[in-house]
Amino acid sequence: MTGYLISLSGGLLIGLSAAILMLANGRVAGVSGIAGRLLQGRQSSAGLAFFTGLLLGPVCYRVLAGSWPVVTIQATTPLLIVAGLLVGFGSRMGSGCTSGHGVVGLARLSPRSLVAVATFLTTAVLTVFLMGAFS
Amino acid sequence: MRNLADARGIAALVSGLVFGLGLSVSGMLDPTRVRGFLDIAGAWDPSLAFVLAGAIAVSALGTRLAKRMSAPMFDDQFHLPQGRLIDRRLIAGSAIFGIGWGIGGFCPGPALASLTLGLPATVWFVVAMLAGMTVHDRFMKPST
Repeated sequence: MTGYLISLSGGLLIGLSAAILMLANGRVAGVSGIAGRLLQGRQSSAGLAFFTGLLLGPVCYRVLAGSWPVVTIQATTPLLIVAGLLVGFGSRMGSGCTSGHGVVGLARLSPRSLVAVATFLTTAVLTVFLMGAFS
Repeated sequence: MRNLADARGIAALVSGLVFGLGLSVSGMLDPTRVRGFLDIAGAWDPSLAFVLAGAIAVSALGTRLAKRMSAPMFDDQFHLPQGRLIDRRLIAGSAIFGIGWGIGGFCPGPALASLTLGLPATVWFVVAMLAGMTVHDRFMKPST
């Protein structure tokens, strides 16, 4: 039960972050969109500030919780590189990822985001299932 | 506060910080837990559904407030996606993204935030992800 409450409170913070960017700057807190625009050399200063904050988030957690957040990676490096290429390419092609389509798009009841989230959840679940079945 | 651009920078910094903290608290930073959430046919860990539910609830509140404002606090207009077209690019791109998410358990936000922990595997993932984004935006029609 506490596990679920902790997850929920983390989610509330993620939602708060999206609300801040929307109300203050009028922008969608979509990580792949912000990263893509930075890579293209557009909207640099606010985007860089957002990423600076994102990198400081785990440091803030370390200060408050007394330990670093847990990150355990099972995938091999070659698999992670394939995963990274697909995540980067796919999120730009689909105009968003978990944050832009998931957190902001679903909250705005965007039909595009509903389709995007349903699609990527389906392929992600299938991928985990197939990798489990063939390993 | 010298001007609006400074205010936007500070708001973006705070938003990023709260995002990174929320990811750390929620467990989303851990690819093993993310894959456990996606493993609905196996040892399913439903806790990350609470992350999404909490995030959407507060984000929806922000959206409702935003609808009552003619402009955001630090800019003269909202910059929100207007497209409503559900096309092949949206579906194919999301499908590809989901496959990558399933393989590694990382999506862009958690991957970037966990760079702070200095794990070499995360660096590999992020470099590949940025390369994937660049390949798309250079050689395919760039999306906004």
